[in-house]
Amino acid sequence: MTRLATPPLRSPARPARRERRERWTAALFLAPDVIGLAVFVVLPIVAALVISFTNWNALGSPSWVGAANYQRLLADPVFWSSLRVTALYTVIYVPLVFAVSLGLALLANQRLPLIGAFRTIFFVPVVLSLVVTGLMWRFIFDEQVGLLNYALSLVHLPPRAWLGDVNLALPAIIVVSVWINMGYYMTIFLAGLQDIPREYYEAARIDGAGGWQSFWRITLPLLRPTSLFVLVVTLIGSFQVFDQIWVMTKGGPADATQVTVIYIYKQAFQYLSLGYASAIAFALFLVIFVVSLAQFWLVRKED
Amino acid sequence: MQRSYPLPVTRPHRHVRSPGRWLGTALVYLLCLLVALLTLIPLVWMILGSLKSADEVVAYPPTFLPHHFAWHNYVEVFTTVPFGRYILNTFFVATSVTVVALLFHSMAAYALARLKFRGRDALFLGIVATLMIPFSVTLIPTFILVKSLGWLDTYWALIIPAIPNAFGIFLLRQFYLGLPVELEEAARLDGATPAGIFWRIALPMSQPILATLATFFFLANWNAYLWPLIVTQNPNMRVTQVALAAFSGEHSTSWQLIMAGATVAALPGLLLYLFLQRYLIEGIKLSGLK
Repeated sequence: MTRLATPPLRSPARPARRERRERWTAALFLAPDVIGLAVFVVLPIVAALVISFTNWNALGSPSWVGAANYQRLLADPVFWSSLRVTALYTVIYVPLVFAVSLGLALLANQRLPLIGAFRTIFFVPVVLSLVVTGLMWRFIFDEQVGLLNYALSLVHLPPRAWLGDVNLALPAIIVVSVWINMGYYMTIFLAGLQDIPREYYEAARIDGAGGWQSFWRITLPLLRPTSLFVLVVTLIGSFQVFDQIWVMTKGGPADATQVTVIYIYKQAFQYLSLGYASAIAFALFLVIFVVSLAQFWLVRKED
Repeated sequence: MQRSYPLPVTRPHRHVRSPGRWLGTALVYLLCLLVALLTLIPLVWMILGSLKSADEVVAYPPTFLPHHFAWHNYVEVFTTVPFGRYILNTFFVATSVTVVALLFHSMAAYALARLKFRGRDALFLGIVATLMIPFSVTLIPTFILVKSLGWLDTYWALIIPAIPNAFGIFLLRQFYLGLPVELEEAARLDGATPAGIFWRIALPMSQPILATLATFFFLANWNAYLWPLIVTQNPNMRVTQVALAAFSGEHSTSWQLIMAGATVAALPGLLLYLFLQRYLIEGIKLSGLK
């Protein structure tokens, strides 16, 4: 729970010298992080807006072009395709990772022998880097030598180019993203589940409620704050997915997995159009901002 | 965390429920086993792949265990590219970020929780608000800034921008708010300065949460990819993840070498998990705190 500190009390009895010293200490203590946040987080977001109105080749100096980048963006089919891919990724990934990690948390919350060991295993993907994970799965998805195609051949299914097929690459990446993150959100759900008093379930059982009923009537409603947190975080995260896609497909085949951040990266660091890339980044920021606002609004309306 | 709860004294319909419950338990284990397999198979396959010869790794049908363990794959990874240097780079960067960030965040959090000054709450809100700014938007301006400072291909570029982090400040502030004030009051009456109280009392008392955050920050920085990719061109300045991705591009058919490199890159995270599991998981639970 966020609770704001009470406003500073003014006690006239306190010597002014001590107050002054406390203020100086506070300024000194806060300076490094506040300057850091200002320079590396707040300033850049303002700068991103300014740069998006310029034409800036990374080697030369910027020239003001007004709204030209935004006009270009509106007419750029690759930008729209990247937004569509991002939206598609989000629409499938978010509910899937939500359901899977909640399911895992329910499993891992059972008080049965060995469950602790399983919980330990489920968490392992979280500690691997996205690069390692991406490479590992590329090895498994490989058309010729991959384990997946071999497993399919055992049940007489034809091999597929999982990451080379425009229809399969995005679903394959989504599966990997769920695999990466399920242990993380499981942990958060578990913390939420353990806050639900056990007595509620016992009371429900005595009243004759089955497991399914208890889940819908007790677990889900009481898990609401946790669920909302997971939804917000997965949603905002899915708009910014980059690493595992870059490692597995570089946005291909035929832009089928080119989410917006990959397009930003290509424009900025491969084509060196920093101005245009900033315009795309700012457009993405607006999308994320509107979606977050909508979410907060929905939550507030419901409460 | 396992807690023990009193079992209900009476169990109505126990007789009827029993077979259903047995089935339920079997189903739980079955699902657990399935997910555990799905979790571990890619990892095991990576390690097995890293130990196969160049011919065996592409053989069809694939072998499960390597015919003979090709340990030299690991030697080859470290000799074709300076992988040792990359590991040292990453270790240096991740450790520096963690140590400096913990110190700065503790100071800032202590000021926000305990010291009195005007505008404190507004400043805190402003700091928390920076959590809403997506990294993908600040990426390009931060790159330009770092470039104009002449920091590209230096440790500065890898370390300094990674330090500011409102999440760490937020968590430490919560922790300091929960500390009993009596000790600090006593020290104050003895004439200790605010900085002295922080250094000698508050900071030592925050050891548990510092351990949690340290594990968390170190792992995040060990695994970082996009930012280091952007600010390093010189191969000598690469960190492990960037080097591994580059290596996989240059030797895209040598799966045994790629898997050996990936295994090496995965090792610190796995070891951290093995020994500091409690702290890592605590860190994640805290990140869900809202």
